[in-house]
Amino acid sequence: MAYVALADRDHEQHLHDPQTFVTKYIWSQDHKVIAIQYSLTAIAVGLVALGLSLIMRLQLGFPDTFSFISPDEYYQAITMHGMIMVIYLLTALLLGGFGNYLIPLMCGARDMVFPFMNMVSYWVYLLSVIVLCASFFISGGPTGAGWTLYPPQVILPGTPGNNGGIVLMLLSLVLFIVAFTMGGLNYVTTVLQARCRGMTLMRMPLSVWGIFVATILGLLAFPALLVTGIMLLLDSVLGTSFFMPALLSMGEVSEHSGGSPILFQHLFWFFGHPEVYIVALPAFGVISDLVAVHARKNIFGYRMMVWAILAIGIISFIVWAHHMYVSGMNPYFGFFFATTTLIIAIPTALKVYNWVLTLWRGDIHLTVPMLFVIGFIFTFINGGITGLFLGNVAVDMPLSDTYFVIGHFHMVMGVSPILVIFGAIYHWYPKITGRMLNDRLGRIHFWLTLFGTYAIYLPMHYLGILGLPRRYYAMGDTSFIPDSAQAMNAGISIAAFFVAAVQLIFLFNLFWSRTRGKPSGGNPWKATTLEWQTPQTPPVHGNWGPDLPVVYRWAYDFSVPGASQDYIPQTMAPEDVPTDPGSSYDGGEGEHS
Amino acid sequence: MGIAVGILVLVVITVLFHFLSPWWFTPLAADWASIDLTVDITFWVTGVVFIALNGFLIWVIIRYRHRQGQKAHYEPESKKLEWWLTIVTSVGVIAMLAPGLWVWARIIEVPDDAAVVEVVGQQWHWSFRFPGEDGVLGQVDIGLMTVDNPLGLKPDDPAGQDDILITNPELHLTINQPYKFVLRSKDVLHNFTVPQFRVKMDLIPGMVPYVWLKPTRPGRFDIMCEELCGIAHFAMRGVVVVEEKAAFEDWLAGYPTFAEVLARPTPTLAAGKASYAVCSACHGASGEGNEMLNAPKLTGLQPWYLERQLMNFKHGLRGGDPGDAFGAQMAPMAAVLADDAAIANVAAYIASLPDSESRKTISGDTARGEKIYTTCLSCHGSGGQGIWSQNAPALKGADDWYLARQLENYRQGIRGAHPQDLYGKQMTLISGMLRDEQAIRDVVAYINTL
Repeated sequence: MAYVALADRDHEQHLHDPQTFVTKYIWSQDHKVIAIQYSLTAIAVGLVALGLSLIMRLQLGFPDTFSFISPDEYYQAITMHGMIMVIYLLTALLLGGFGNYLIPLMCGARDMVFPFMNMVSYWVYLLSVIVLCASFFISGGPTGAGWTLYPPQVILPGTPGNNGGIVLMLLSLVLFIVAFTMGGLNYVTTVLQARCRGMTLMRMPLSVWGIFVATILGLLAFPALLVTGIMLLLDSVLGTSFFMPALLSMGEVSEHSGGSPILFQHLFWFFGHPEVYIVALPAFGVISDLVAVHARKNIFGYRMMVWAILAIGIISFIVWAHHMYVSGMNPYFGFFFATTTLIIAIPTALKVYNWVLTLWRGDIHLTVPMLFVIGFIFTFINGGITGLFLGNVAVDMPLSDTYFVIGHFHMVMGVSPILVIFGAIYHWYPKITGRMLNDRLGRIHFWLTLFGTYAIYLPMHYLGILGLPRRYYAMGDTSFIPDSAQAMNAGISIAAFFVAAVQLIFLFNLFWSRTRGKPSGGNPWKATTLEWQTPQTPPVHGNWGPDLPVVYRWAYDFSVPGASQDYIPQTMAPEDVPTDPGSSYDGGEGEHS
Repeated sequence: MGIAVGILVLVVITVLFHFLSPWWFTPLAADWASIDLTVDITFWVTGVVFIALNGFLIWVIIRYRHRQGQKAHYEPESKKLEWWLTIVTSVGVIAMLAPGLWVWARIIEVPDDAAVVEVVGQQWHWSFRFPGEDGVLGQVDIGLMTVDNPLGLKPDDPAGQDDILITNPELHLTINQPYKFVLRSKDVLHNFTVPQFRVKMDLIPGMVPYVWLKPTRPGRFDIMCEELCGIAHFAMRGVVVVEEKAAFEDWLAGYPTFAEVLARPTPTLAAGKASYAVCSACHGASGEGNEMLNAPKLTGLQPWYLERQLMNFKHGLRGGDPGDAFGAQMAPMAAVLADDAAIANVAAYIASLPDSESRKTISGDTARGEKIYTTCLSCHGSGGQGIWSQNAPALKGADDWYLARQLENYRQGIRGAHPQDLYGKQMTLISGMLRDEQAIRDVVAYINTL
C-alpha cells in the first residue's frame, strides 16, 4: 500500500512541540494528553452515573424507606444512568481514551493525522457532557423516559423532563456525535495512512483492529442516532409528527397525528445495536493483547481474530430488531433477526475460544492485568450465554422487559468492558505515568469487584425468570412475587453499595501511584508492541524522537523457539534477534508474513 | 492459583444457585409449554458450554501457570482446531435456533377458532372490549374519546353497537378457549404481560399489534405493564381471571354493550335530590361536609368519581377493612341506593351543587409538598382539578383532613387493598412514595394552596 513518509522527516517533528503549559495540557493537540482528558472526563461523569445507580438501588432494595426518591426521580436516575454509562463513559473512554492513546503509539505514528480536529473533538465532547449534566439543574430536571427515549411518552406530560430535560439530552447527543465524528475520522485515517514502515494491516495489534473497526461502526451508526435525535427534537420543539401519532394525553387530544413510534425504535436500534459492538470490539482487542503479553504466548489464531472482528462488525448492522421482538413490529421479522443474532454468536464464541486457547500451553503470569483478563473471560462467557436466550425470539418472549434483561446486559456490556478497562489501565498505566500501580491494591480491587458484581447480577437473571418487570419503582403486592424476591433485591443493593465503595480503592491507587508508585521503566511487562519501545517513558510529544520506528514482525512474537528471550519487539530486525547457541531459531512470524 | 479457585467457586455458585434458588417461572397458565421447553433447551446447551469452557479455563490456569524455566508453546494458529470449534458451535446454535423458530411460527399464527378481545392501554389503566355477537369490533377514533365514551367508539358504526365495554381493569376469560388479543393504546407505549401466560406484546398508539394464547388453568393473575409508560408505569396493574364458561358468561352479562351505553338515560337531578336527603344528615344539606361527623365535603368532585366510590362502598370494595371505621359507616348508606341509576342520579345531583370553600386545618412545608406533588399532578392535574382520562378525582378544594386520612389509609393498605379495587390499588402503589406522616402533611398543605 502507499506509504506516507512525510512524518519521517526531521523538521516535521517540531510541528508537534508544545510551547506553553496551556498548549501542553489544556488546548493540547497531543493525542496522549487528549486521551487522558477524554479518560478523566469519562471517568468523572461515570462516577455520576454510578451515584445514580446507587439511588436506584436504595429505592429497589428498600422501597419504603427513602423519602428523597420519588417515582419521578427514580425514572430520571435510571435514564441518566443508562445513557451516561453507554455513551458518555464507555464509548468515550474506549474510543476517545484508549483509541487516542493507543492508535498512534501502536501504529508507530507521531500523532493523529488531524491533531487540531482531535483537540476540538475533546472539547466538543466536554461540552456535550456539560449540556447533559445541566439538565440536572433545570426546572423539571432531566428526562425520565428511560435511556431508549421512546416516543411518544418522552415528550408528553406524565414523563419527567418532557419539555426541558429531553431537549438538553438530545442537544447533548448531537454534540457528542459531532465530537465522535471528528475523533472517529481521525482514528480511521490514522490507522489507514500513518502506520510506520513495515506495519502492515495484518501485523497490527488486535487492540488497534478492535478500535479501528469499532470506529467505523460508530461512523456508520451514529448518523442514525443523529437524525433520530433531530427528528425527535423537531417533534418536541416545533410540533412535527415524525414519531407522534394522534393520541389522547391527559384527557385531551394532542396536536400530533400520523407519526410512527416504531420508526423511532428501528432508527434507535439501528444505532443501538452496533453501539454494543462499538463498546465490545475495542474491549475484545485489548483483551487479546493483554492475554498474549501476560501469558507470554502469541494470540491464538490471529487471522481468525481479525476476521471475527470484521464479521461481527458487519453482522452487527443486521441484528438490531432483536431489541424489538415484543415491540409490535411485523412478527415475521422475528425469524430473520433471531437467525442473524444467533449467527453473530459464532464469531463471538470463536474469540472466546481463542483467548482460552492462548492461555493453553502458555506461561501464564498471574499479574493484575491477567486477573482482569480471566475475570473478563468468565463474565463474558456468562453474559454471552444469556444473550443466546434473549436473541432467540421465542425464548425472549417470557424474559423480555424483565430483570433477566438487566442481568444480561450488565454482565455483557457493563461488567465485562469495565473489567477490560480496569485491566487495560493496570497494564498501560506504567507507560502513561512511568510508574506501576500498586499491586496489592490492584488484587484487592479485582477480587472484590469480580465477586461483588457477580453477586449483583447473577440473582437478577432468576428474578427475571420469575417475572419481575424492569423499570418498576416498586413491585407492590402481586400474586406471583414472593417476599423472598424483595429480600434478594435488598441483598443485591447491599452488594451494589459494596462494589461502588471498592472502586474508591482503585481511584486511590490511581492518584497515589502517580507519585509514589514503583518506577516502571519503559517496558515492564516485556511486551512486543510499539508503545513499549518508545525512547522515553512516558512518551514525549512526537512519540519517537528523530526516527520513526520500523516494524519487522507481527505483534505476538512471544516465546519464539530458539530466541534467547521470551519476547521479540516488533521493531527488532530478524538479524538482531539474540538466539540461544545451537538453537533452531527460524525468525518467528516476522520471517514468513 | 487463586484465580483458578476463584473461577471454580463462581462456577459452583452459579450451578448451585441455578438449582437451589427459589425463583423460577411461575406455574404456566396458558398453552405455551413449548416456550418453556425452548428455555429449557437453551439452559441445557448453554449450561454444558458454560461448565466445559470454564472447566477448561480453570485447568489451563492451573496447568500452565508460570513456573521457573517454563516456556510457552509457539503455535500461531491451528486451522483444524478452529474449523472443529466453528462446526461444534454452529451445531449448538442450530440446536437452540431451530426449536426457537418452530415455536415462534406457532406464536404468530392465530388459530381460526380464537375469540377476539381488545386490550386498551392508557396512562395508567387497562380497559377491554369484546366484539359482541357479530364478532366484529366497531371502529374507534381518538377524537371521540370523552368521559362518556372512553374507548372512542364511533356511534354510527353498526359493528360497534353490540361491542361489550369493560372499562375497569379486570378481564375474565374462558378456560381452554384460544383468544386473540388485539392491542390498542390511547397514548404511549405499553406492554400487555401476564407472567403465567409467557407471551407478551407492546401496545402502540396508531397501530394494532396482536398476541394469542389459550388459558389452561383457572385462577386470578396479574396484568403487568412491561413497557415504560411514564411515572406511574409500575402502578399500571390489571387482573385476568380464568374461569369456566358459565362463570365467564355471567360476568360478561354484567357489562353493557355500546348501544346500551348510548341509550343510558340522563340522570335526573330531582330523583338524585330525593336520595340525597339521607346523605345530608352527615354531609350537610349543600354537600359541605362535617368534620365532627367525619363526613367529607362532596362538592367539587366529578360525578364519575362519586359514582365509582358509591359503587365501591355498596359492593364492599371500600369500607370493608377492619381499620376503616369511617368507611364502615358509609357502606350501609351506599347500600340504600337501589340500583345503578339511583347512584348516577345522586352523583349528578351532588356534582350540580355549587362548590364551597373548605376550612384549612393542616399546615406543612408547602415547598416540599410542591416537590412531592410533581408526581401527583400527572393524574390529578397541576391545579388539582382532576383528569377524567386518568380516573383521577379533583383534589383542589377538598377537606384537607379527609385527604390526609385517605393518604394514610392508602399507605397502610386500609383503602385500596380489596383485590377488586384496582383503581385504589394504583393509589396504594403511588402513596408508597410518602414515607412518613410529615410527607402527607406537606403535600396536603400544598394542595391547600392550589
